[in-house]
Amino acid sequence: MEQSSSATMTLETEAMISLRNLRVSYGEREILHGIGFDVMRGETLVILGGSGSGKSTLLRTLVGLERPSSGEIWLKGKNIAAISSGEMDEIRKKIGMSFQGGALFGSMTVGENVALPLREHTKLEDSTIEIILRLKLDQVGLSGYENYMPSQLSGGMKKRAAVARALAMDPEILFFDEPSAGLDPIIAAGVDQLILELKQAFHMTIIVVTHELASAFLIADRMVLIDKGNVVAIGTTETMRSSTHPRVRQLLDRMAEPAVSEKLDYLQMLTEEHRHPGR
Amino acid sequence: MELTTQIGESVTDGLAYLGALTSLGGRAAYFTFVAPFQGKPLRLQRAISQAMQTGVGALPILSLITFFIGLILALQSAYELRKFGAINFVASAVAISMTRELGPLITAIVVIGRSGSAFAAEIGTMKVTEEIDALETMAIDPIHFLVTPKFIAMMVMLPCLTIWANSMGILGGALFGVTQADFTWVRYIQSSLDALFLRDITTGLVKSVMFGMTITAVGCHEGLSTGAGAEQVGRSTTRAVVVSIFLVILVDLVFTALFFFMSEK
Repeated sequence: MEQSSSATMTLETEAMISLRNLRVSYGEREILHGIGFDVMRGETLVILGGSGSGKSTLLRTLVGLERPSSGEIWLKGKNIAAISSGEMDEIRKKIGMSFQGGALFGSMTVGENVALPLREHTKLEDSTIEIILRLKLDQVGLSGYENYMPSQLSGGMKKRAAVARALAMDPEILFFDEPSAGLDPIIAAGVDQLILELKQAFHMTIIVVTHELASAFLIADRMVLIDKGNVVAIGTTETMRSSTHPRVRQLLDRMAEPAVSEKLDYLQMLTEEHRHPGR
Repeated sequence: MELTTQIGESVTDGLAYLGALTSLGGRAAYFTFVAPFQGKPLRLQRAISQAMQTGVGALPILSLITFFIGLILALQSAYELRKFGAINFVASAVAISMTRELGPLITAIVVIGRSGSAFAAEIGTMKVTEEIDALETMAIDPIHFLVTPKFIAMMVMLPCLTIWANSMGILGGALFGVTQADFTWVRYIQSSLDALFLRDITTGLVKSVMFGMTITAVGCHEGLSTGAGAEQVGRSTTRAVVVSIFLVILVDLVFTALFFFMSEK
């Protein structure tokens, strides 16, 4: 345990992604109010938060699906909040994203799904693509499934196939949106295991958005807790466990909302909710 | 005051919608004519399989419908023509109204029902299941990957289907001519061809290309602007059909008027 943490310490010298005062709005409504933290090369960072906290918006912004209204996202030496779509496409070839429901293309086989980025962005021959495809499916434990349609796969297998597709271009950063959502505990544990294996095998920078605590503590090197569009706490799993911050404790101890708040806080929270419904 | 505000709002909404369609068509045109020379190859394979679905797949139902339409046209025009003892003109009446108007229009309506709705449903579902987002994170432009092959397929297939529809309509008219008006099959077809000018056919085909563009743009735009949730896909599909029918008729009117005033000179 000691050894592995010192090993990660040496890796965590260089920031892979740096967020500076990041603000994101949908129309009039601001979802993220000035987020700032660094993601180190080779670490697994888990973004925790309740529903409506803005954690999914943060993830979508990091992969370039949402444009921030202000602030900076430094990724591979470029501020992706202010680059052209052509430059963004170059960066996107270096990142992989596994979506919540898998987002596999229903009209293509698993193999065609995984091979798609290779066929689109490389001039590799079919035989080479075939080999890479086998390799990637092998890595996620889906060897022999290349001719299945996504609709023939179970939820866990879909996630694994989606990870294989995200790995196709050998990304430097891998993003996961709710990897264990909608899966039974055993299958979810399998997906967690897969993330750990990827981290060990490739020293990839992995960013996971989740609200599953058990899974978060298993895979994370560090955690960020997002609440109402702000960073509430950031630190290693140990610092999070020993944190006394009320919001952290509330999430970790699975306390219901009103129990942790003072009466006045609760009243204020209600009026806030009323003013910005759904936030 | 309120009424004028409402009218103003609907006009700006309508113009914004047309603008969105135009920009979609413009980007598809870029990926068809410009991007292939910049190293982004055209997806001919996808366009061909799309053309099979929208074009070849529509043949049976389109044949049946246009055959009936031709027969109906013959019956309706004969009802009036026989009063003047001019029942022989049935052939030209059917031929001209099919090629100039009903061939392209009925084809467009059938294609809206089969393909326009399918485009909206397919792209809308992909939007809801984050497949469009997945394309973007893989640096694949959804317009390039999904929309452009549909534009190519539709703009090629609609004129082809229209020619087929014209022939089937004339054949439907011929059934009436042969059984009810002393025509032989050969003589009916011959007098149909005699009645037609090349211009009748080409104006119909030009319209059908425009219809193809309109249907694709509306179907894909509705699909891409689908909100979250399965019921939104249904909403998009319905809107795609209703808006397509309206815009096809509008385009029809504009081009028919254009051809009318052009032929005056």
